[in-house]
Amino acid sequence: MTRIILLILAASALALATPAAAQSPAPQADPAVVEAFVAATWKSTTGDWRARVDQDATQKACTASNNEPTGPLFDQIRDRESATVVFPADGKVLGDWKKGAQVAQRGTGGQFSDQANTYRGGNCYACHQMSKAEVSFGTLGPSLNGYGKLHRFDAAEARKTYAKIYNSMSVLPCSQMPRFGHAKFLSDEQIKDVVAYLYDPESPVNK
Amino acid sequence: MRIRTSAIAALTAACAVLGVGLLAGGHAQGQQPEQDLSEKEIERYRAMISDPMSNPGFLNVDRGEQLWSLKRGAKNVSLETCDLGVGTGKLEGAYAKLPRYFADAGKVMDLEQRLLFCMTTLQELDTKDVIARRFSGPGRVSDMEDLVGFIANKSSGMKIEPQVSHPKEQEMLSVGEAMFYRRSAVMDFSCATCHAAEGKRIRLQGLPDFSKPGKAAQETMGSWPTYRVSQSQMRTMQHRLWDCYRQMRMPAPDYASDGLTALTVFMMKQAQGGEIAVPSIKR
Ligand code: HEC
Ligand code: HEC
Repeated sequence: MTRIILLILAASALALATPAAAQSPAPQADPAVVEAFVAATWKSTTGDWRARVDQDATQKACTASNNEPTGPLFDQIRDRESATVVFPADGKVLGDWKKGAQVAQRGTGGQFSDQANTYRGGNCYACHQMSKAEVSFGTLGPSLNGYGKLHRFDAAEARKTYAKIYNSMSVLPCSQMPRFGHAKFLSDEQIKDVVAYLYDPESPVNK
Repeated sequence: MRIRTSAIAALTAACAVLGVGLLAGGHAQGQQPEQDLSEKEIERYRAMISDPMSNPGFLNVDRGEQLWSLKRGAKNVSLETCDLGVGTGKLEGAYAKLPRYFADAGKVMDLEQRLLFCMTTLQELDTKDVIARRFSGPGRVSDMEDLVGFIANKSSGMKIEPQVSHPKEQEMLSVGEAMFYRRSAVMDFSCATCHAAEGKRIRLQGLPDFSKPGKAAQETMGSWPTYRVSQSQMRTMQHRLWDCYRQMRMPAPDYASDGLTALTVFMMKQAQGGEIAVPSIKR
């Protein structure tokens, strides 16, 4: 057991000690050729699933700009994505934080190995620290611990957060964060719940 | 066999427990002057990987060896005259130079594509059943996983030598790189979302950075195919990419399709010079 512990620590120490190598100059591929390869790779995909293979205008622009759109392209993407944000009809963006905890925790749903009725989670913990009690969190996104408190539990701020989660790119074009509401991956109800998870003073996020 | 299984279970548990402490704090701690110890431990780990008694992947290697010389197909011949790129029937070092361009097929192929090609052309074997069993599962062995395990093992101890001189290989490299950065599907993910920064993790799983050449890519590509303890099966790169596309919420990519080979070319390029030690054992 100790042996394995040591070797894993050792391996990571070694990895850290290696200097970053230079970027390899690879020839640029013709986008039409790339798309032909993509089509061939999902040749047997049919029906609703097929739409996932093709890129929408924003995915295309983000890929082409290496996720760093500048100038008019930045504004264009932000405006297009902002236009997709739909707030709940009753104007309330705060749901049930306890249900929001589920949305944040669960990473199931939407995979080709799932059933159509498999619960779809937001899997926020895959990328964000949230509650201090949850130690299994990823680091692709910033820590959201104490998020509501940090924003003084302000109603206008919560509304902005709803929009962020509904469509991350309405705030930051080419964000690595999924556009959960726009993609219809999460329901409006789920987004409200997870906003409450971030903003409710009773939520473990703010403890 | 029972002893072996429990040893592996212990190993998985150790990795899982460790993952918590290591990934949460490891990177912040900076470099430790433990180089000597590290080298020794890595040596020991290597020895364990290549020990047929503690790595069930060697059962696949043995089965693969038998399949390689098994006569089948309409022609009732073995695969022994299949050219994997380094000469007819030659196995040593072939995997270290795959994928590569094959003039007889007029395209770049990874090992799995090449094996299917040889089955079809040399043996005249109907590969439908082989493809149906491409990934093993409970009560289902995979000829492909066995053959890849056997053949890749013949490159163990050698260095990864990506083949990128032929124009078709060049094209594969550039397409592979483009596919690596291509965002799509309901999550807007690309491979780069998860594999283009150093020291990032998703939940507690460390994510290798393939955006630049070097250690992360070398260690990864030099360790596939691998025996996955969590799945109790030998897995090949085809399966790994299928699984990553599943996480991306993309549809299942077609087995042995050219896009997967392109991605493999790109990652092998980033892994140039890495040492191959397969089949390895992973979580
Ligand atoms: C694949 C990774 C990923 C997932 C999954 C993810 N996020 Fe994010 N998130 C990010 C990244 C990266 C950023 C920083 C860039 C940005 O602001 O868009 C971010 C930013 C944010 C911000 C803005 C933080 C600020 O600057 O104030 C909020 C709020 C947020 N995420 C909430 C969520 C919630 C809630 C979920 C789950 C429903 C979620 N995220 C899922 C990657 C992710
Ligand atoms: C949503 C996150 C995510 C995306 C997107 C993703 N991967 Fe992965 N990938 C992972 C995780 C997590 C692991 C480690 C899995 C494990 O340890 O069980 C992994 C493992 C791998 C490995 C094996 C690493 C090793 O050390 O053995 C390879 C190779 C790989 N990914 C390539 C890709 C490629 C190529 C793509 C795009 C087609 C891709 N990944 C997209 C999350 C992702």
